[in-house]
Amino acid sequence: MKICFTAQGATLESLSEDRFGRAPYFIVVESEDGSFEAIKNPYADGGGGVGPKAAQVLIANNVKALVSGQVGGNAKEVLAAAGIAMYTYNAGGSVKNAFDQFTKNTLVRS
Amino acid sequence: MKLAIASGKGGTGKSMVAANLAFTLSRTIFVTLVDCDVEEPNLHLFFPTPATITEVTVPVPVIDENTCQHCGLCGEFCQYGAITVLPNKVLFFPELCHSCGGCMLVCPNNIIHEEPKRIGTVAISTPLPNLKLISGMLNTGNPHAVSVIRAAKKVAAGDPLVICDSAPGTSCPVVETLDGCDVCILVTESTPFGLHDLRLAVDVARRLGVPAGIVINRSDGKDQATLEFCKDLGLEILMTIPFDREIAAIQSRGDLLCQVQPTWQNAFTALFMKCRALCKGN
Repeated sequence: MKICFTAQGATLESLSEDRFGRAPYFIVVESEDGSFEAIKNPYADGGGGVGPKAAQVLIANNVKALVSGQVGGNAKEVLAAAGIAMYTYNAGGSVKNAFDQFTKNTLVRS
Repeated sequence: MKLAIASGKGGTGKSMVAANLAFTLSRTIFVTLVDCDVEEPNLHLFFPTPATITEVTVPVPVIDENTCQHCGLCGEFCQYGAITVLPNKVLFFPELCHSCGGCMLVCPNNIIHEEPKRIGTVAISTPLPNLKLISGMLNTGNPHAVSVIRAAKKVAAGDPLVICDSAPGTSCPVVETLDGCDVCILVTESTPFGLHDLRLAVDVARRLGVPAGIVINRSDGKDQATLEFCKDLGLEILMTIPFDREIAAIQSRGDLLCQVQPTWQNAFTALFMKCRALCKGN
């Protein structure tokens, strides 16, 4: 299953990013084998309506769960309609730390 | 002639200048005063009169889900994230829609049509025999101020003298208000904030090609920084209004300075003459 983490950089060591729509990178981790892909968010500096647009990036990449600090109302509606589960991580650690917490099932589903 | 009153910083006295200028001029000529600060219009407070109210609407797309093939072209086209197409569902966010009509154009099956959506009102009144007041008012929570400003200005189209009172700041509502105006009064105050935002407002006016002059309001007599800035940029100081308790009291009661202290009418008439001299082509 593909899990997306919002991040400030392109690696697993990068710090997690609290914002969803304007996150610089989406780190998509394959939970089966731990492999990952970094997607540069084309809407990171967008003017408006970036939430639904960013959500479409996740849908196009077949992501099944999102781990981020906070997801806006419009993005939430799109993600929910697409059946993407949302989890809150705002501890400010690395993507790796967020992934560890996700696998330990300690993150709250939002 | 179309005259805009803007400021950069909020609370510098745009509406005070607009209301008093319109009041003074309407004693001799016909004036149309347009409240373009549609998120919080206030000119009607100085001129309480029953008004004729018309609705402002914008077209928004309606997608026929039954015949939609969910090809996703409309969602890809929309630059504002207003449409998301899922494999068997379309999500539409009306508050993100800019009414560009592009989704309708790209739909290969022509199953998108537009319907009007109410976003605000325009109130028209005649508080004085020679004064027409047009107040745009945006519905609470709606982000599309520009469409209401456009509608309000359209009502004034063709009138001989139009005074547009702008919202503060330098964003779209201000640009829409200044667009097409012949001259602009920028109201500032002699504080660091007033000067900082005045710089931004001057830049906007220049980029739009609208000649601008300055009114210093609430002057405590220590306007040196503002005066130097204006001198450097070749901006004329059109009027200086002192920091005065009585003026503040009149304003706070919703009264007009030029009505309570008629000698001020001379200053506002002079302000208008200077604006006319600044106008494009003059």
